[in-house]
Parts: sequence; structure tokens; C-alpha cells
Amino acid sequence: MEFQDFAPKLTMLLYGVIAFVVVVGGLLLLLDVVPNFFARRREAALIAAAEAPADGAAPGAPPRRGLRRKREGLLGLAFMIPALLLLLIGLVIPAIRTIILSLFNGNGEKFVGLRNYGWIFQENDIIRVLINTLAWVILVPLLATSVGLLYAVMIDRARFESVAKSLIFLPMAISFVGAGIIWKFVYAYRGEGDQIGLLNWLWVTVGGTPQQWLLDPPLNTLLLIVVMVWIQAGFSMVILSAAIKAIPADIVEAARLDGVTPWQMFWRVTLPSIRPSLIVVVVTITIATLKVFDIVRTMTNGNYDTNVVALEMYNQAFRYQENGQGSALAVFLFILVIPIVIFQIRNLRRQREV
Amino acid sequence: MTTTTPVLAGETVDEAPPRTAVGRVRKKLTSRTATTVSIVIALLWTVPTFGLLLSSFRPEDEIKTTGWWTFFTSPHLTLQNYDDVLFGRSSSSGQLALYFINSLVITIPSVLFPIAFAALAAYALSWINFRGRDWLYIVVFALQIVPLQMALVPLLSFFSRGVSLGGVTLMPAWDLDQEQKFIQVWFAHTCFALPFAIFLLHNFISQLPGELMEAARVDGAGHSKIFRSIVLPLITPALASLAIFQFLWVWNDLLVALIFSGGGRQTAPLTVRLADLAGTRGGEWQRLTAGAFVSIVIPLIVFLSLQRYFVRGLLTGSVKG
Repeated sequence: MEFQDFAPKLTMLLYGVIAFVVVVGGLLLLLDVVPNFFARRREAALIAAAEAPADGAAPGAPPRRGLRRKREGLLGLAFMIPALLLLLIGLVIPAIRTIILSLFNGNGEKFVGLRNYGWIFQENDIIRVLINTLAWVILVPLLATSVGLLYAVMIDRARFESVAKSLIFLPMAISFVGAGIIWKFVYAYRGEGDQIGLLNWLWVTVGGTPQQWLLDPPLNTLLLIVVMVWIQAGFSMVILSAAIKAIPADIVEAARLDGVTPWQMFWRVTLPSIRPSLIVVVVTITIATLKVFDIVRTMTNGNYDTNVVALEMYNQAFRYQENGQGSALAVFLFILVIPIVIFQIRNLRRQREV
Repeated sequence: MTTTTPVLAGETVDEAPPRTAVGRVRKKLTSRTATTVSIVIALLWTVPTFGLLLSSFRPEDEIKTTGWWTFFTSPHLTLQNYDDVLFGRSSSSGQLALYFINSLVITIPSVLFPIAFAALAAYALSWINFRGRDWLYIVVFALQIVPLQMALVPLLSFFSRGVSLGGVTLMPAWDLDQEQKFIQVWFAHTCFALPFAIFLLHNFISQLPGELMEAARVDGAGHSKIFRSIVLPLITPALASLAIFQFLWVWNDLLVALIFSGGGRQTAPLTVRLADLAGTRGGEWQRLTAGAFVSIVIPLIVFLSLQRYFVRGLLTGSVKG
């Protein structure tokens, strides 16, 4: 590796950082200078008005307050301008354009109506994709939340609690690609000789013959789901553990005085108390799962009947240049997310009213 | 204290809950199952990573023929895999050092920009009084649910073809190549991060005490001054947690990088290269294990050293809602 290999990159980074300083610094400066300028002008006007109180009606408070509110509005807009502009260019307009694109054919020239959506439900391959996605969306939140909850309850107030938590939480820092490789290694297969994959080694130790785990549907989809559960359990554990710790001590104490068993304690006290957090966790993981594609792409590339909607969307739009079908899948993904989000907003509102 | 002498009246009891001998036994039993279960889970969650890490230091022929657990009977360690995967000259070796730098170059501006813009916007939404403020906040909040996938195709064409309306070119194509493609990735990451970043910072900033702002206003400070000298120092923990979030998200991202970085060795980050290696050279475990660890190590360091902030951000982001 030579210096010239990465010099241009570092230059770009430098440009990026300079751009950051210029943009943000300039913005702050502008926000400082402009209101000051107006304030000075207002002051001057006030002094002028005070010196020459001629025109009958004195410029009292009401109009000035209106003016001030207006100027606040401009200032607010100035504070928000970069964010609003980027959101508009990067999210709002593209989302609208994707909806429009989904009504056109592959290269976006011919209007085809809802045919792309019909295609989602007709093609056998795509139906397979839908079924797989359904399996992901049901199993991942369920398993990740239960493992996280179980663990959070078990280690609550244990001696090495913070270390124990970090261990489970750690996969959150690992990329989906990295996690994919880690688990591909666990599932690795050797035809003869020693197994190098942990799973096959265990399997052979208990008397099985080595398996090519990632080749047989539907087992391979389940094994990919394991990876996502492995990543997300830490998230659910952290949130639920905090929720458990927030249960008022007197409730726990009262239940204890009533002589409940740990089992009853869990079902009658802990679970109802952490219900809101539980819902948040399930919803968040569900949405993340719907959009996951890196794990599948790294481990099987969607072959052997393991494809999911998000990966198929990527393939259609960026590999096969079928923008219409890709866009339809993206919109489909969006439609799937909406009811989940509405459900969550309802819940949060109810929780706030209580 | 294994004896089962009953607790005498008047004696001070240290551990309140298990008052009777039966209670104590029961507690011990349940805590024993609890311990076992939690140890099993902890093992399941750490052993795969540990196996990968250990393998990455084993010689190539041993990785390919024996399981990593045989290390404990015949320990051989080498740094050869790392040397090969980071600095190897052949095109198959990974050359990850180059991609590592790409990841860094992508990540730093992609963390700075959204945080600065989001902090400004969150301040305006919380403390500047203008019409349509609540409405605007709801829109930003709602944008969080738009999946990334909805924006990819149009945003890419925005970069590569510019904007034209009815034949009139409103904005020319960006026409970037080689290293300039970093700009696209920064831009995309910044846009996609904003809704969540504004939401998270709004949670913090709107909870600052109003008297503080009032006092500053009475003293004649403008919004810009208040933002810089009062709000920013107070929300440093929130900024830190957001920075960690954004760092992990950008560093670990594959989708945005695949589409906007152009995929070449000039701009593609580690994740893209690693995914390639996993696809084309799935059997080269000495490279994959070392490569995976190279990509993991920075986020792990960040994560472990700043975990406290990360958790705090996570809790405000999702529990309060």
C-alpha cells in the first residue's frame, strides 16, 4: 500500500471536514449577525419614534408583538433550513417519486398502473419471498424479545450484572455483515475430516452426519433468523431491564409480603408493569426486521429459498434494473410498516393519558 | 452460613426476603436455575464471536482443517492472516487497509453533519416560537417510518442525472467519480439520519428548564447565543449518545454504501468488501475471520468505552417515546 493510494481519500475527508466547519460555522454566524442587525434597526426606529412623537397613535405593543413573532418564524426557519432541505431532497421527494415509479415499467417510460403490485403476488419466487419475510417478522421479534426478557429477569440484581449485560449487548456493535460471517463460520460444513463449524462439530459429536445447514429450506431461513435474534436480543434486554428496574419497589414488596412465588411474581407483577416497554421493543425489532437484507445477502445471497423482501427490492432495482418492480416492493415495505407504527402511536398516547 | 438455625426474634436480619429456612432454600434453587440459564445464554451469545476471533489468529492450514477449539490442545498463533488481509498485494487478499480508510472517510462527516443540523433543528422546534412548529415536528417524526428503500432509486438518479422539470434542467447531474463519490455517501447518510436525530435531540432539548431560557432572554441573549452557550453544553450527553448511534449505524451500514459509494476500491467501505469476500471466497476462512474482525474492532472499542452513553440514548429514544 502506497501513500498515493489513500492521499486522495484523506484530501476528500479534509474537504468534508472543512465543508462542515464552513457550513455550520457560517450558519451560526448568520444566525448571530442577522438578528443583531434587525435588533439595532428596531432600536434606532424606537429612538426615532420616541424623539418625534408626532403621528397621533403611538406605536404600541400589539403590532410589535406580531412583528416579533413573524421574525421568530423567520429565525426558526433559518435554524431548520439545512435539516428541512435535506429531508426534502433525501426523503420526502424520493419517497413520492418511488410511489410514482412503482406505477411505471422497468425503465420508467411506460405507465403500467398497478401491474407491478400484481406481480408481487403472482410470481412464485416472490411469494416465497413474502412467506420468508413473514417468518422473519413473526419469529425475530418473538424470540429476541423473549430471550432478552428472560435474561433481563434472570440477571436482575445478580453479582456480575453489568458484565453479563455487556456480553449479550455486544452483538449490537457488530455489523450485519460481520455477524453474517461469524455465523457462517458456525454453520460451516466439511465433507470429510474434522468439522470446523461449531454446529456441525456438535452435531457429529451427538452422532449425526455433517449437514450443509444453509442449503436446505426451510431450515436455512430459520438459521438466518437466529443471526438476527442474536443481534437484537441485546437491545430488548437493555430496554426491558431498565423497565424492570423502574417498577416501584412498594409493589414488589407488597407482592412479596403476600407470599407470591417467583413465577407468579413474573406473570402478575413484572410483566404487566413493563407492558409499554415490551410493546416498544417488539415494534422496533419488527420494523428493523422488515428492512433487513445484509444478513441474507452475506450468508446465502438469497439463494436456496432464503430471499426476503428488502433484498429482493435491492436486486430488482439495482441488479436487474427493474425500477418499477423494485419501487413497488419498497412501497409494499412501507405499507407493511404503517399499521405497526399506528399501533405504537396509539399505545403511547394511551400510556400518556393514564 | 449453611446452618439452618431459625432467626431469633430481635436479631438483626441482613437479607430481608428469605425469612424462613424453606424460603431460603427455595430462593437458592430458583437463583441456581436462573444462574444456569443466564450462563447458557451468555455462552451462546459470546462463543461464536470468540471462535471467530481465535480463528483469525490461527495459521491458514489449521483453520481450514480443524475446529478452533483444537487450539486449546495445540496452540499456534500467527498474525499472518491480518498481514495478508490488510496489506496483501494480490487482488484476492482483501486489501482491507484501503477499505478501512474508506470506512473512516465515510463515517466522520456522516456523523458530524446530521448531528449539527439536527441540533439546530431540534432547538428551533423546542424553543423558537413560530407558527406551524408542532405540525413540522410531527412531519419530521413521521419521516422516521419511511423505509430507506423508498428513497434509494430516486436519490441515486438525483445524483447521476440531476433534476429536470418538463425538459428544463433545474440542477445538473453531479457527475462525480472516484473519490468524489464520498460526497454522495455523506449526503445520503446525513439525510437518512436526520429524522431520528431530530427526534432524539428534541426529547432532550425540550426538557431543559424554561426559566434558564427566560433568564438568558432577559439578559438580552438571542437564540443563537442561547443555543451556543446554554443549550449545547447541557445536551452534550445526548450529543454523545447520538454520535455513537450514528457512528455504529454508518460504520456497519451495507445498503447505503452499496448504492452510493460506487463499489470501487476508492470509496467502498469495509462492509462492502467483506460482503464481496464472503460471496466469492466463502471458503477462505483465514481471510474472512481476520477481515470480519478488522471490521468489528473499531465499533467494539467505541461501543465498550462509551456504552453508558449509548444505553442512555437508547432508553430516551425508545422508552419515553
